[in-house]
Amino acid sequence: MTATPTVVEPPVTREEQPHVAEPTRRPVWLLLLGIVVIWGIGYAIFHGRDTLATPFVQLNGVQHWINGIRDDIQAAGQTNWFFHGVIGNISDFANWLITQLQNLLSHPAPGLPVPQIGWLGVTAIFAWCAYAAAGLRSMILVLVATQLFGVLGYWQDSIDMVIITVLAVVVSMVCAIPTGIAMARRSWVSAAITPILDAMQTMPSFAYIPFFFILFGPGAACAIVLTVVYSIPPLVRITEHGIRSVDPSTQEAATSLGSTRRQLLRKVQLPMARRTIVLGINQCTLAALSMAVIAGYINGPGLGSDVLQGLTNLNVGQGAVPGLLIVVIAIALDRTTTAASQRSENRGRGHGELSPRLRRIVLGAGLVVVLIAVYASHNYIQAAQFPSGLDIGNHVADGINSVSDSIVDALGGICNAFKNVISYGFLNPLQNLLADTPWWLMAPVLLAVSWVIGGVRPFITTLVCEGVIFGMGLWNDTMITLTTTIVATVLVMILAVVIGVWIGRNRRADAVLRPILDGFQTIPSFVYLVPALALFSSSRFTAIVAATAYAAPIAIKLVADGIRGVSPTTVEAARSSGITSWQMILKVQLPMARSSLALAANQGLLYVLSMVVIGGMVGAGSLGYFVISGFVQQPLFGKGLAAGIAITALGILLDRTARAAAERSRT
Amino acid sequence: MAHRSRRLATMVTIVAALALGLSACGGSNIKKTTTSSGKTCGDFRIAVNAWTGYYSDAWVVGELAKKKLGCNVSYVKLAEEPSWNAMANGTVDTILENWGHEDLTKKYITDQHVVQDAGQTGNKGIIGWYVPPWMAKKYPDITNWKNLNKYASMFKTSESGGQGQLLDGDPSYVTNDQALVKNLKLNYKVVVGGSEAALIQSFRNAEKNKTPLLAYFYEPQWFFSEMKLVHVDLPKFSSDPKVCPTAAAQIRCDYPPYDLNKLVSTKFAQSGSPAYTLVKNFHWTNDDQNLVSTYIAQDGMSNAAAADKWIAANQSLVDQWLQGT
Repeated sequence: MTATPTVVEPPVTREEQPHVAEPTRRPVWLLLLGIVVIWGIGYAIFHGRDTLATPFVQLNGVQHWINGIRDDIQAAGQTNWFFHGVIGNISDFANWLITQLQNLLSHPAPGLPVPQIGWLGVTAIFAWCAYAAAGLRSMILVLVATQLFGVLGYWQDSIDMVIITVLAVVVSMVCAIPTGIAMARRSWVSAAITPILDAMQTMPSFAYIPFFFILFGPGAACAIVLTVVYSIPPLVRITEHGIRSVDPSTQEAATSLGSTRRQLLRKVQLPMARRTIVLGINQCTLAALSMAVIAGYINGPGLGSDVLQGLTNLNVGQGAVPGLLIVVIAIALDRTTTAASQRSENRGRGHGELSPRLRRIVLGAGLVVVLIAVYASHNYIQAAQFPSGLDIGNHVADGINSVSDSIVDALGGICNAFKNVISYGFLNPLQNLLADTPWWLMAPVLLAVSWVIGGVRPFITTLVCEGVIFGMGLWNDTMITLTTTIVATVLVMILAVVIGVWIGRNRRADAVLRPILDGFQTIPSFVYLVPALALFSSSRFTAIVAATAYAAPIAIKLVADGIRGVSPTTVEAARSSGITSWQMILKVQLPMARSSLALAANQGLLYVLSMVVIGGMVGAGSLGYFVISGFVQQPLFGKGLAAGIAITALGILLDRTARAAAERSRT
Repeated sequence: MAHRSRRLATMVTIVAALALGLSACGGSNIKKTTTSSGKTCGDFRIAVNAWTGYYSDAWVVGELAKKKLGCNVSYVKLAEEPSWNAMANGTVDTILENWGHEDLTKKYITDQHVVQDAGQTGNKGIIGWYVPPWMAKKYPDITNWKNLNKYASMFKTSESGGQGQLLDGDPSYVTNDQALVKNLKLNYKVVVGGSEAALIQSFRNAEKNKTPLLAYFYEPQWFFSEMKLVHVDLPKFSSDPKVCPTAAAQIRCDYPPYDLNKLVSTKFAQSGSPAYTLVKNFHWTNDDQNLVSTYIAQDGMSNAAAADKWIAANQSLVDQWLQGT
């Protein structure tokens, strides 16, 4: 999204002038003010009435009905041809396959104290693959990453993590790429599947895990299915986008030369969309890794259960070390796939680093080394096990603990005061206003807001989503969750604007902060729950902090990119007119980056919503807590799934309204 | 081109074969593993619920089964209720620390006969309300529930809406707190912490900063070796339903004491596995469990290392468990 300076600059056009509010626009602010006034008056008179608050253990009809379906599936699971025959066999096959791979690479094989291929062999195989696919730099990265598995003391679980992630990404690709192609070619397919993807991305996995658990049992197969459900949507969407954005004139040229649809796809659309699709695979991989800890809850192999054990023992360092390894795996896979796509493109154009012959010789020689390493690691214990003297995982964990302790000691008092200011000053009044207003007033208020700022389509979406939330019997709790979501999103946007402007204007700050942002985006949030609890105790605000920590990086990056995307000539012109830095930021850069700000707010909001359930573990209560309760208590499953559906409805409601508002503000 | 690459491929193959052949001369130093027990054990799958005390049970039994009985032990990490489920559908063999669960007992043991009781672990489970030590010292009468209302305003937080806060933990835990607060007419609001981590961290904060806290907690728990939480006595539990009604909405007495027990799947019980005998014999005290848990949670030992350390120091007890395997 960086701006490319063009050679000939036209004189500053109307669009490039700093944004000035036009007098003829609809009086949106006035209308909103009117709605708030009516709402306020209604609240003052009727607050506390008809709030639809329900006791925690009480289930409504829909929730009982969901429990009934669960019971039916559970009963049918033993005999039914589909559940027992088809799903059961798929599950057995997946578990068998993963066990074989584990015996080969990570777990002691039957009758042996070590896997068939030990440390040295696995390292050599990974390095060779990285070199073959992506080149020397990726190979070095992979070599370093793989040794970190051992150095930090989680060799076996890290290799398991790689196995599960790679398998999940492969399954996702097989499902997602054809779907994305079909969606790009037929708009009705796209219209039918998009809402399903929305649901897959916004519905918290904890809400439906019990279903999968019944069908697949605990373990690897279930972990893969859960991971795939979450990692498919980005790949489908990006594939669709990639194929759709192939230059139409190229397609016309191909069609006019007599290409059939199939030829058009294979010879024109797919090759031209290849880079975009690889980007999709990239995103799919990161999404798959972000499910690692949740997979740990159902005994999925990998680093997730190690992170969870750190949380159970309240040992920050013990959870952070496997968490960091997940980041390491993410970086290695991300950079390698990116390099592989660039390289295949370069080679397609004939710019290889080495001549094809030389390359083949190098690869062949490398293969010999790999075979020797595999052989040695199969036969010699020294080559099979990572040298235990190099394992410094415990020291790293202790170091992290002491850093975290000193932060908590230093900031504890301030943080608690800050929590109280926000909670009493902002969170509690807002929650009262949203949750204690009678539903028959609150629902029209939300409808009116969506109509005023978005228009007719968000109005209809809001109506449908409100109906769903109402039907799930969770109106009151959804309003409480909405409150924390709003507060967290506001905090995210404050951070995004402040830090985003800073690093957007300052390359050096960007270079320093960006890796930290990447780290926070990939490290499992379970890692920082314990320090967050130590700083803020268990409260809604703790949940807000955790959500902000997770959602801020993406929003900051988007704002920074937007600031950097402002045309340099405009910035130059403004500077030559002699304005201050503040004026530059407030009057030129921020207004012109408005669409990036809108996108940042939208993404920030969705990321915050995806943390609702984790918030439920640190004191947020309401929907997030219901979802976890449904996961761990069978009688509450219906309530948990209903809460998951309500979270999805809330997400779609907010997302569509925000998008429509952003679009409208652009025109 | 094709010719050249074929020659290259041949070359590579020859070099590879040579390398393999050469290194084979060195011989292998990886020993095949064999089992030492008379009976074959095979797979032994222990459900692992997510609290440290349970890790202690699981790894002590698991390490013994692995090292003494030659079992192929796997640890299946699951929440409590899914573990019952997994036992019923045959993906897990045993639960080593079960806390009650009357509904599941009826469903899986009494009705479906797919799960069996394998006796008590010897651990006594206590559930209740606790305050940090500094509070019990400063306000000695706080340990009687009748005085709780007197102190309610002290327990007010940003979460409790003007009432005192009673902090609850993980949603999977057995709790009657909503009903207790209502039926004992306490001016408190149950605030859900959402996890055990939230509870323990809150106690740490409360003791360190001398802030008030009233929260749900349980024993045996390694955290007691770090901090001696003080139990707040609710009306004493009695098994007479007239004194202490058992219907969920009418509960007004303290939690009953739990004798924690072990469960096995019926299939596993009938398999003749020596690991089943080990599970049946396994019996220890709260102190034993807390010791292993402290190794894990406070000393940062791995689960297996902590279990091994305890086993080495308690050989005679362990030998009793291994009788008849």
